Amino acid sequence: MHIMEGFLPVKHAIGWSIASAPFVAYGLRSINKRIKEKPEQRMLLGVAAAFTFVLSALKMPSVTGSCSHPTGTGLGAILFGPVAMAPIGMVVLLFQAILLAHGGLTTLGANIFSMAIVGPFAAAAIYRLAKAARLPFGFSIFLAASCADLLTYVTTSAQLAFAFPDPVGGITASFVKFAGVFAITQIPLAISEGLLTAVVMNALVRFNSRELQEMDVTAPQEVQA
Amino acid sequence: MKRYQNMLMMIAVIALVALPLWMVKRPAPGADGKEVQIFAGSDDKAKDLVGTISPDYKPWFTPLMEPPSGEIGSLLFALQAALGAGFIGYWYGCARTRAKLDQANHRAARC
Repeated sequence: MHIMEGFLPVKHAIGWSIASAPFVAYGLRSINKRIKEKPEQRMLLGVAAAFTFVLSALKMPSVTGSCSHPTGTGLGAILFGPVAMAPIGMVVLLFQAILLAHGGLTTLGANIFSMAIVGPFAAAAIYRLAKAARLPFGFSIFLAASCADLLTYVTTSAQLAFAFPDPVGGITASFVKFAGVFAITQIPLAISEGLLTAVVMNALVRFNSRELQEMDVTAPQEVQA
Repeated sequence: MKRYQNMLMMIAVIALVALPLWMVKRPAPGADGKEVQIFAGSDDKAKDLVGTISPDYKPWFTPLMEPPSGEIGSLLFALQAALGAGFIGYWYGCARTRAKLDQANHRAARC
């Protein structure tokens, strides 16, 4: 989902940066506040950030014959709320943009928007809906994390389509082309991300049940299992 | 049950990674006799697609620093994964030990 350095026109690059900035600022504030109120949750915040670090470093092969990587933002979004993932995602994207020439500084805003804003908000919303629909806990986690992963890549496709409309078919045709590159490739990876998130969440439920109840992730009776 | 479930999910992830490697066959070399690249990054494919949709577009900014070789690139990616996995391992170790000690304390208290 990394849009390469310089591969967004100046206006788009600035626009996406302006769009992402308030989320990052608000996310930082929300993280600071939470750590001050509940210092014992620091460890879990570390786990959420570490999970994003690992998953976004793993480039996995897909059935389309190209490689891509999961994002790992669903876990943190479910635990700490979607805005908390904006600054965490930014750290990962900065690391890759500066050291690896993967993504870029001019496209940082757009990449934050897809990976660290749209993905986490989707994850949190889908988890809420699944919980309200009384779906099993593990399945809700899986659903939220894999949809967040997929939607991140759909967002990237849309961003590129806006910037580079097809000369004949316009934005829609262009979106179909970019989605063919990103979204289709991502389907098996999104499933993998959902499964891995569920594995980590199972461990969290086992070892950190008190924190998870406090964070309103699980209801008390679910934890006893 | 939980452990069994986790194991199954891990196996599914491994299968999802391994299957494409086995399913996708390298196409025959093109007219220029060059090997066709498979499993290239989708980010690069998108870059090529930008080139086909608007051939006149010139990137207006280049990365400040590029890994001097593929090896250095994979070093940094491995470092990123190691940092994350290291922390998750640290948390898991702490959490397990804490759970064990809690249990031992409960048992001691009951005696």
